[in-house]
Amino acid sequence: MSSARDAHLTRGLPLPVPSADSAEFYEAARRGELRFQRCSACGLFRHYPRPVCPRCLAREYSWELSSGRGTVYTWTIVRGPTLPAFEEKLPYNVVDVLLDEGVHFVSEVLDCPPGEIRAGMPVEATFVPVSDDVTLVKFRRVRQG
Amino acid sequence: MISEPSIRDKAAIAGIGHTRFSRALGMTEVEMAVEAIWSACDDAGISPREIDGLVRYDLEQTDEEQLLAILGNPHLRFFAGTPFGGGGSAAVLVVAAAAITSGLARHVLVFRSRARGKHSGYGRGGAQGGRYWEKVGTELPALNQWHIPQGLVSAFQEMAMISMRHRIDYGTTDDQYADVAIAFREHAARNPNAVLRQPITREEHHASRMISDPLRLFDCNIETDGAVAMIVTSTERARDLRQRPAVIRAGAMAAGSHHIRLSNLFARPWEEESPVRVGRELFAMAECTPADVDVAFFYDFFTSLVIIALEQYGFAPRGEGGPFVESGGLAWPNGRLVANTNGGQLCEAFVHGFNNTIEAVRQIRGTSTSQVEGCELALVAGANTDPTGAVLLRRDR
Repeated sequence: MSSARDAHLTRGLPLPVPSADSAEFYEAARRGELRFQRCSACGLFRHYPRPVCPRCLAREYSWELSSGRGTVYTWTIVRGPTLPAFEEKLPYNVVDVLLDEGVHFVSEVLDCPPGEIRAGMPVEATFVPVSDDVTLVKFRRVRQG
Repeated sequence: MISEPSIRDKAAIAGIGHTRFSRALGMTEVEMAVEAIWSACDDAGISPREIDGLVRYDLEQTDEEQLLAILGNPHLRFFAGTPFGGGGSAAVLVVAAAAITSGLARHVLVFRSRARGKHSGYGRGGAQGGRYWEKVGTELPALNQWHIPQGLVSAFQEMAMISMRHRIDYGTTDDQYADVAIAFREHAARNPNAVLRQPITREEHHASRMISDPLRLFDCNIETDGAVAMIVTSTERARDLRQRPAVIRAGAMAAGSHHIRLSNLFARPWEEESPVRVGRELFAMAECTPADVDVAFFYDFFTSLVIIALEQYGFAPRGEGGPFVESGGLAWPNGRLVANTNGGQLCEAFVHGFNNTIEAVRQIRGTSTSQVEGCELALVAGANTDPTGAVLLRRDR
């Protein structure tokens, strides 16, 4: 590896820096809650956080508690290359979860070997602190009765 | 309502130029850009001093002050950029054609210079050589905060998830991916500019390393160094220059919800996807159909996205892009639709689609190493992401 390249690599864990739009999301996650913006006019849930409803353009919204339940809409197994901060857990999954509220959320299913990820798999949210300020929303499989 | 398509047939690509393509050229992006631009001017038969317009990528980090100084400080009257990555690769030509049509410029330069290989010269900033995603930093204030901390760090992983969903919906297979890779490698084998020229088998495709399921190494574009430049002028002016003009028959752009933000992408219906909208507008402006296209250049960053593009641009019904590419469906000379005759970005080079565009110009001129007989109409599509754009090039009558 060239030293020039080495000098510019991102080595530490990349972390969200909450903005005015997203601060509420991360505060909820720290409390162990998954909350999404919901339009006060048309009722649409939305993610990512933003000040205007993408469907009806209303500016009023509330932060509603999500059921935290959904299904895997699509997925990949990252086998590398990836950032140095994630290399030790290769191979790992990344999923797009379609939550019951209708929003898509990019995350990871914990404790699920690469061969066992399936589209349509039911999952529920779990909360993983990664720094003093940031808790990431991850998912676990829901065992069906 | 617009009664007459505003840019149809008004502008043409009059000159093309490029550097050698290589895993590592050992040149700066400015040096590569100068070489490609000089070559494009020479090809057209104009002096760099006659350049009076410039359209670039917003991503382009080549130092323009330095570049323009090297070119003798041509007197620019028009400059613009298109946003984002590969989606802008054909949109630059739409903007250039608009500048020509409106009379704001006479000779518009479009170029892309990219030190993209992982062993290329690295510098500060996200686009100063090498893999952009390796330099993202640890503090993510904007939309990157939603997926990079989850381990989704780069475009190829996002495209893997989009590709996986296509397989879930339509049963697209590894064999169909291989059909695309094999066809484009056959094209590259005849193209002396291509970096990868050794033909591959289906077994070799399947045995190549999985990068991000379902994408294997041989499904991915290569990482290279190289620059490409083009001179766009009026169709009338192009007739006075050195080469047979590649007339821009039609062009369209669309943006709606950015693809990389998967949360938005999957929320929208198929008919609202930007490449689908571009395809509709493009063929309406050109007053023709996909069946009239003699050769196509898709933004082949991944084999799977070529299959999806076939559906978005109307060459195959939705969900039937996979079967379309089977049995050499994209291969010269007898494929259902001959595509990416340079070997594309899978094999020739990765210059954000610009190397595909100049191969489309060669097809219109009749000088490709996999020449489609009687080629009169070529499609050049930007990355089928969002935003995106596409043009149709035709032979001059």
